[in-house]
Amino acid sequence: MFRRKDFIGLADLSKDEILNILETAETMKYVLSQNNKKVPYLSGKSVIMLFYERSIRAKLSYELAAQYLSANIVEITVNDGDDRHSNINDMGRTIEQMGGDFIVCRHPMSGSTKFLAERVKASVLNAGDGINEDPSQALLDLMTIKDVKGHFDGLNVVIVGDVAGSRVARSNIWGLSKLGAKVCVAGPPTMIPVDIDKFGVKVFYDIREALQEADVIMSLRLQKEDEYGSKLPSFNEYRNYFKLDAGAMSYAKEDAVIMHPGSPDTRVEISADLVESKRCILDDQITNGVAIRMALLYLLSMGRGI
Amino acid sequence: MKLLIKNAHVVSDFYDMDKLMDVYISDGIIKEVGENLDYDCEVLNADGNVLMPGLIDISCKICESGYENKDNVIRVSESAAAGGFTTLTTSPNTLPIIDNKSVVEYVYAKAAAGSVVNMFLFGSMTKGCEGVEIAEIGEMIDKGVIAIADGGASIPNSETMRNIMLYIKMFDVPLIMQCLDKDLAGDGVVNSGYMSTKLGLKGNPIEAEEIMVSRNLILAKHLNCKVHLTNITGINSVHLIRDAKNEINGDDKEGKGLITAGTCPHYFTLTEKEVDNFNTFAKVNPPLRTQRDVDGIIQGIKDGTIDIISSGHMPAPFDRKNTEFEKAAYGISSLETSLMVSYTALVKSGVITIHELADKMAKNPAKILGLRTKGMIKEGMDADLIVVDVNSEQIVDSSYFASKAKYSPYDGYKFYGKPIYTICGGKIVGKYL
Repeated sequence: MFRRKDFIGLADLSKDEILNILETAETMKYVLSQNNKKVPYLSGKSVIMLFYERSIRAKLSYELAAQYLSANIVEITVNDGDDRHSNINDMGRTIEQMGGDFIVCRHPMSGSTKFLAERVKASVLNAGDGINEDPSQALLDLMTIKDVKGHFDGLNVVIVGDVAGSRVARSNIWGLSKLGAKVCVAGPPTMIPVDIDKFGVKVFYDIREALQEADVIMSLRLQKEDEYGSKLPSFNEYRNYFKLDAGAMSYAKEDAVIMHPGSPDTRVEISADLVESKRCILDDQITNGVAIRMALLYLLSMGRGI
Repeated sequence: MKLLIKNAHVVSDFYDMDKLMDVYISDGIIKEVGENLDYDCEVLNADGNVLMPGLIDISCKICESGYENKDNVIRVSESAAAGGFTTLTTSPNTLPIIDNKSVVEYVYAKAAAGSVVNMFLFGSMTKGCEGVEIAEIGEMIDKGVIAIADGGASIPNSETMRNIMLYIKMFDVPLIMQCLDKDLAGDGVVNSGYMSTKLGLKGNPIEAEEIMVSRNLILAKHLNCKVHLTNITGINSVHLIRDAKNEINGDDKEGKGLITAGTCPHYFTLTEKEVDNFNTFAKVNPPLRTQRDVDGIIQGIKDGTIDIISSGHMPAPFDRKNTEFEKAAYGISSLETSLMVSYTALVKSGVITIHELADKMAKNPAKILGLRTKGMIKEGMDADLIVVDVNSEQIVDSSYFASKAKYSPYDGYKFYGKPIYTICGGKIVGKYL
């Protein structure tokens, strides 16, 4: 049973807790497949979407999840220049006084949602904090892997791209390791987090080597080209070494699948024909995303008895 | 003003510590040290506790003017007294930035008006502490700054640094250098390594320190310039400094004192693991490093590579710590824990003797800064003294700090070596029983 007030990261969760969420999400997925998608679990509760970063997909996914559960939803986007409201502590208090039950928070600084969670009575859900964690995205990845592969034990998962700058990668590493999968990362050395091998993660600089054993390939989203400074000469060069295309995939196993957090850049990340191929399971990820977020809201509300 | 301290174990190169001694002070000067002294004046019974020279700090940060929630000169001096420091110095990168003679005069006037301990200023090497244009160093020295410092980060341009080292040779003051390559450190907030990866925080790699340690050592050797490398955190920096000292000084560790180095208690007692759970109280600049570095610093302290231990006190107010980690201010409230932490970690555990600790926290800083009448207990020296209780255990409770920065990564830790009396200029300025 899920007994937490908040949902902050996969680093904190046990294997059983993760599996419990995945199981619950399967039920929610059934709800999603119905004509009438409304269930009453969060009726009379409010969900506040507190976003300090621009987001379209995560916000949409969380909002729909909350609406399918019959919650009241308010969305706040705080801009960089909006100093008066940028203090997350003050915002948390304000929301609490207005009767918010759940705060879904996305923030550009690592650790910020944990900071908020420790200061409010409402349940806080981490929708991404800095480059620390994006746990619901990782859970939907896990759910998709489970749907396709049926298990995690001994599964080889390769994470490709800007691992150091990716919160999704971190959440996935913690989650997959707990569930018994073998995780390795591939990317330019400037995009690999320091000491990641100490967490049991294997590092490859040659994508062909990394792909040979892979059952699942996760491509990450790159930032804008100019944000990489001296870490990368150009996307043009990155593409030569790390783009997933037919050539690279010729090194992979027949049944290896490709995942991506959404809207892959077909010029540098994954080739257009791969995105359209059966190997790419992006659509499953998107559907599972709503189911996972419904499951999280549901479990948190049940756990707290509200 | 006369004072007689009775029954103390005196930590000094000149007297037998095993005996109970008395110290007679008149007009702020130690007049006589001996057994069973008898003078008709105020008596302070040390009751068999240890008498050490008052500690000298290189360099804490004082925030003056306008920042009501931060420590000002007076508050910092009270915090210093409570921690056994009788002489404070301040880095130039405070507000206002100490980069011209008017600010020097202003802060000295403030200090004279309210500080309970001695206060000396460091001037900035460059205007606005920006690391670009050389400041009017001579004018500041004329107004009484006792050292010139870079203030928080190294001068990026080696030619500018070299010129400052050349220029400073016409004055007899040391350069205090914090070794940090600003470009390489970037916006890293914790040590680059296991914890930065675990928490998803940007890392400040140890190379950023080592590179500037190397560069500054190379320049100092070539120009024969007196430099003090402050707040050293890494094992490889210790190696570099040790090699440089050996090269210059031969076997004579004390040598000409051309190159000296210092660290802070948190760099030999805490590791990067302290920042786990986004603990902002452990957010310091330079960041806490690994256990290997801690061991290296302790080795450096033991073999004399590290000459001094200073507080690194940088009292960011609580509300600047009670926020998201990346947004949180750097800083630690450490004047009131430095002696206890150092005594327990170094003397109690047998790494160095209490005499060596007194050297590192009083005698050596005095020598580096050219404070000729401070740092030792001896007839004729300034009566800056502290009575220290080395026998009873103390639990750190930051809510009792004199500093406004009432937090500490050591909260709840147990230590030995709390100052119970602080005497500055022959006057009892603090009593902490």
